[in-house]
Parts: sequence; structure tokens; C-alpha cells
Amino acid sequence: MQTSVVIAGFGGQGVLFAGLILAYAAMDKELYVTWYPSYGPEMRGGTASATVVLGDEEIGSPVVRHPDIVIAMNGPSFRKYEPLVKPGGMLFYNASLIADAGTRTDIRYVAVPANAIAAEIGDTRVANAVMVGALAAVTGILPLEALVETVERHMPPARRAMVFPNQEALRRGAQVVAGLGQPVAS
Amino acid sequence: MAKELLKGNIAIAEAALRAGVDAYFGYPITPQTELLEHMSRRMPELGRVFLQAESEIAAINMVYGAACTGAWAMTSSSGPGISLMQEGLSYIALSDVPAVVVDIMRGGPGLGNIQPSQADYNQLTRGGGHGDYRCIVLAPATVQEAIDLTVLAFDLADKYRAVAILAGDGLIGQMMEPAELPPMRQRSRTPPPWALTGARGRPPNSITAFSIAAETLEAMNWQLQAKLQRIREREVRYEAWLTEDAELLVVAFGSVGRIAKTAVREARAYGVRAGLIRPITLWPFPYAPIAQAAARVKAVLVVEMNAGQMVDDVRMAVCGQAPVHFHGRPGGSVPVPEEILERIMTLSKEG
Repeated sequence: MQTSVVIAGFGGQGVLFAGLILAYAAMDKELYVTWYPSYGPEMRGGTASATVVLGDEEIGSPVVRHPDIVIAMNGPSFRKYEPLVKPGGMLFYNASLIADAGTRTDIRYVAVPANAIAAEIGDTRVANAVMVGALAAVTGILPLEALVETVERHMPPARRAMVFPNQEALRRGAQVVAGLGQPVAS
Repeated sequence: MAKELLKGNIAIAEAALRAGVDAYFGYPITPQTELLEHMSRRMPELGRVFLQAESEIAAINMVYGAACTGAWAMTSSSGPGISLMQEGLSYIALSDVPAVVVDIMRGGPGLGNIQPSQADYNQLTRGGGHGDYRCIVLAPATVQEAIDLTVLAFDLADKYRAVAILAGDGLIGQMMEPAELPPMRQRSRTPPPWALTGARGRPPNSITAFSIAAETLEAMNWQLQAKLQRIREREVRYEAWLTEDAELLVVAFGSVGRIAKTAVREARAYGVRAGLIRPITLWPFPYAPIAQAAARVKAVLVVEMNAGQMVDDVRMAVCGQAPVHFHGRPGGSVPVPEEILERIMTLSKEG
């Protein structure tokens, strides 16, 4: 069983870091995982991305055309990835910045007001972690507490001040979608 | 040791340190710059040599010079820089000194782009510079294998006094994966007997890539060829996966090898008996295992991140036993499993 996640947004929205939270947590859970960043010219086009593939068997391809799950942090990413989500998959989107209405009936949309929640926490930089918390709560691919612990365990010394805001963001993201959860078996 | 989440470029640099590299010379280029960055911090920490050269030409000649003194020397670059290094590699080859080179390939030709590519295959496996020589070429498919093959590159370069090249690409260089680094190796610092260390108290050594007399240069060439033949006979490495009952053989190397693995797995789920051979040494190339597997299949599919380079070696190996098809993505585009699966399914219907 493998799950592929693409996290996409503007450069600066922390899409690579959001992917790292998932990747480190997967490693800590002794799962197989790959993390692959966009590092080319698309970084300037509004859709920087990280692709995370995780599961309980050796991972072949670290790249996917049709991800199971997408986190869209901004409008361009929503529009780029909406048609690419695998049928039956999920699209989590940052409802603070994305007003678009979903057009597909074969995927599930989860709206998360990530920037608004991050602002309440007091640091808009953790909107990415809000999305990851929501993803964990709805999909069950990784337990929320594993993500919270991972942030504590792997945050580099120079960024220790960001541990608590990120943990808070993960929890608030999970809370805001509470009740929507239909954990998928993994 | 516990697994760490490591980026390919960092993993390669750290593996080189732990294998025992004495000196690193390089010039930054995407998508391998993190490798040089890591070295710039760690080599001085360990009291070893890090030098950012003024160009790739200078870097490879510094590697040549350091190697002549018996040091384990390395450089790393990407396509355009590797092209600049070819003259130096040719000199090193005839000089019989060990050197390790890392090529994190990007889209070409020319300045190309910074996206993943495998288009340096011909340059790396054919020698690349002038004259008759080959370099040992190792192609990792995972971050763990990048670590293991970096260590192996130093051991093979040392054993055969040859150039060993780690052939990665932007995907392997930039991706992160849990992997385990080897412990720091304690190396004896006694220089080998052939090294240029100042001839105090012994007859002078000579290392050269030159002989004005044809008969001498011919003899040097045959000696080099004999060494390359020993490498061909002993050092072929590959991974064969689900090939025993395969009716369709996929051949792919490096990161495309792992992408193809997903496609082969999915093809099996659809009932198509696909198998994969992933050359780990691109030179020496695993001709014999591919020939043996090809004798049992209806068709062969070669997938590369280029317009078709390794496919020539596969055709030589298959030698007409089965049709050889090609799927390639040049210019920095990465093939996804779906498109490889599509080709496999089409070919299985034709069979």
C-alpha cells in the first residue's frame, strides 16, 4: 500500500517543509518514503511543489502523474493539480486564498482556511502545517501525534522557536476538519 | 546506525568523506551544488582538503595532481562541467591513477537546463575524452545505493588505479529518502609505492600520459586495455527483478530504473509478465545477463531519460534475439510510471 501526496504553492508558503513533516514522520514510523522537490523554473511560476510517496513497501517511482492526495496552497496550484488528482483521491485546499469551486465529482474536496488559522496562532508561516494537520486527520495516513512528535524531533537548532507554532498548527488543522474524517486503510 | 532522511547530494558527499576521500576539488553547478557545499563545511572540519577551483578544467587537473601523490581525490559536477573535464579524465586514464568523479546529470545539450537527465550516458561510458579508455560508471537508483556506490567507487578506483564515475541525475541528487551512512573509515595514510612523494631515499617514480615513441605508447595502451578487460570480467553489477518468467523485459538504469519498477509491478497486476534488468555498472555493461534474459522474452523495452543512448548497448546485448523498443524523455523531462506501463501494455498486446 502506497500513498502519494503533492503539496504545491507559491515559493515561501513552505510546501517543501510541509512535505518534510510528512517524510520525517513516515521515517519515524519506519515506513518507506521519498521526498522530491520541484527545483526548476516552475519555482518562479507560482507552483513550487514537493512530492511525497510513503507506504509499507519499497517505493519505485518518487514521481507521480496522478497523486492520491494534493494540498493546494494557492490558486495556480489548485488549477494545475485539480485535474491531476487520481479518481477517488482528495484535494485539500487553502480556502483563505482559493475561492475556486471544485469542478470534479470523482474526488473529494476539503476546504481549510489555513492562513486564517495560522494568523490566529500568530504566525502566518505555519499555514502549511495547518494543511498537513488537516490531511492527517481526514486521511489517517499518519497519526497526528506522530507529526507533532516529528516536528519536535527533527526541527534544526536554529529553528527551535518554530516547533510550538508548527505543532499548534498541526493540531488546529486537524480540529478544523474534525468530523470530516474517514480514515483510509493504510 | 539509524536511518536518516538524506538528500542524495548530501548523502554522496558524506559517503565520500566516510569512505576516506582526502581532497575535493570542484566548481558549483545545479543540480549537484549541495554536494560541494557539504564538502566545503565538512572537509576543513576533518582537516582534509576542500578547494573551489576557478573552473571545472582546473578542478579535474587538481584531482589529477592530488591523485599522483597517492591521495584519494574527487570532484563532482553536472553535464556541462563534466564535458569540460574530459581532457583531464583522458590524461588520468593513461596515467593509471585513481580518481572519483560524480556526475549529477541535467538536461542538455549545451547549457540545457537543470532538470534530471541521463543524456551523459554515451560520454561517461565511452571514455568521453580522446584516446582508448573507459571509466568505471556506477548508476544509483536510491539514496541508499548512492551511498553504497560512492564507497564502492573509491574502492574500485583504488583497486584498479582507474577513474570511477558515479552517474546520478537531478532526481537522485535532489530527492530525500531514509538511508544509513557507513561508519567513518580509518585509512592508512601511507602513500602507495607508485605515488609521487619526493624521491628521497628511493629511485624516482614517473607518472605520465605521454610517450613520443609509438612502440612505447602502444605497450602502455595494451597494458591499459588489459586492466580494462579485468574490470569487464570482474566488476559487472546489475539488478534483475522478476525476469525468470518474464515475457517482456524492461531495461532501465538509475532513477528511471526505479520508476520502471513501479510500471513493471503494475503490469504484473494486470497479468502481463514483465521483468526488469537495471544495470548498476553502466561500464562495464551487463551484456551477458541481458542477452540471457532476452533469449526468453517476446520483446525488450528500454526506457531512458534521453533520446536513446543505452539502447545501443542493449541492442548489442540482445543481438537480434527479440525486438528492442525504446521509450525516452530527453531535455529534463522525467518519465512517470503510467507512460512506461502504457508502452508495456501496448507491447504485450502486439506480442
